Amino acid sequence: MNGVHDMGGMHGLGPIVTEPDEPTFHHPWEGRVHAMTVATPTRSNIDAGRHQRELIPGPEYLAMTYYEKWFRSLCERLVIAGVLTASELASGRPAEGSAKSEPRLRAEGVEPALTAPGTYEREVSVAPAFRPGDKVRGRNIHPVGDTRLPRYARGRLGEVVRWHGAHVFPDSNAHDKGEDPRHLYTVRFAARELWGEAASPRDSVYIDLWEPYLERA
Amino acid sequence: MIAPIDHRVTRIARGAFTGAAAGAKFPLLMAHDHPDHDHDHAHDHGQHPPSDMELRVKALETLLVEKGLVDPAALDAIVDHFEHKVGPRNGARVVARAWSDPDYRDRLLTDATSAIAELGYVGAQGAHMVAVENTPSVHNMVVCTLCSCYPWPVLGLPPVWYKSAPYRSRAVIDPRGVLGEFGVSLPEDVEIRVWDSTSEIRYLVIPERPAGTEALGEEALAALVTRDGMIGTARL
Repeated sequence: MNGVHDMGGMHGLGPIVTEPDEPTFHHPWEGRVHAMTVATPTRSNIDAGRHQRELIPGPEYLAMTYYEKWFRSLCERLVIAGVLTASELASGRPAEGSAKSEPRLRAEGVEPALTAPGTYEREVSVAPAFRPGDKVRGRNIHPVGDTRLPRYARGRLGEVVRWHGAHVFPDSNAHDKGEDPRHLYTVRFAARELWGEAASPRDSVYIDLWEPYLERA
Repeated sequence: MIAPIDHRVTRIARGAFTGAAAGAKFPLLMAHDHPDHDHDHAHDHGQHPPSDMELRVKALETLLVEKGLVDPAALDAIVDHFEHKVGPRNGARVVARAWSDPDYRDRLLTDATSAIAELGYVGAQGAHMVAVENTPSVHNMVVCTLCSCYPWPVLGLPPVWYKSAPYRSRAVIDPRGVLGEFGVSLPEDVEIRVWDSTSEIRYLVIPERPAGTEALGEEALAALVTRDGMIGTARL
């Protein structure tokens, strides 16, 4: 979707503010939000969680802190995934007679879970359409759902520099429509192709793009 | 195992749930609609959140615990992991090893996921690692324009500026200007490569080894490596 989250190339969003000796969490509640996001079943679909944050209306998205966005998307995902009902979320109380679950993650399971190797690569029977060195163009598409093709790469000419195998495809997975793995490439775009003559002739931007985002150029 | 519930906090927070945002898709958590809300619009700086966030979050945790969906001790362990087990010291050891051991450097540049796993750094947001090396003629910097993707096992959680709109928007269109804000001025003839982390691939910048460090061992070298050096917004 063409939301405010897709901010690559925008101007006017203010100065970069750094903080010396920044803590991991600025408030204990931020750590709890992070931990609940990791510990609840919503985490099983990372793309859906990202998309839920993208769905926060633009003006609010820009005004919220990072963990305010995480908290809101966590609450919404818990309801969408059927883990909580909307009325439970509203009342803060379990629905009468609702079954009691068993946590999927206990304290002793945390380190093994957080340090499990994991992979988003999947075996597919289709051969990759492109190989390193191929000239490709970001397709001029504007999906209304989740996509990881930034607007600034659409219609732009690039070159495949690396093939990563087939990876879980966010445009499908974010909508709980299955992983639908597609070939993933790193594509180099010259800064001048993206931003015009004012950009340095030497600089470039490398973007990881799934095959459906690309066409042969 | 259910944590003792602070009924005072729970009651207030429950009020906050029901009072907020009538008519919203979910009647919750619309921070701007809450009457006690004193958001000072620090926004992404994260230093002055709404006073009611703590209550709302506590209420959600209480609900999830009552329903048996989360174990509060597991949440404690997750917070501890991110505060103490991961962070830029891990990445610094990877960089120091690469500086000290040419074979390791080659493995890191060829298959960073395996090379980093050799040092024990694996897990969430590090499943597919790529290391990119700075040289006198090439400078790499990493951004996630769409959200906040960052290699947790080697760098920990990202700083607020990395997740914020100003960095995400301008790193790709004006990397030299952004680097200038970090006090880094690169000669025109240095090539800048910006890596936009749009997939589950995570990038680690290997900074240039500072001059005059030939005699240093890995531990001393690691102490020279900064978080921003491994994001690419600093030179060492």
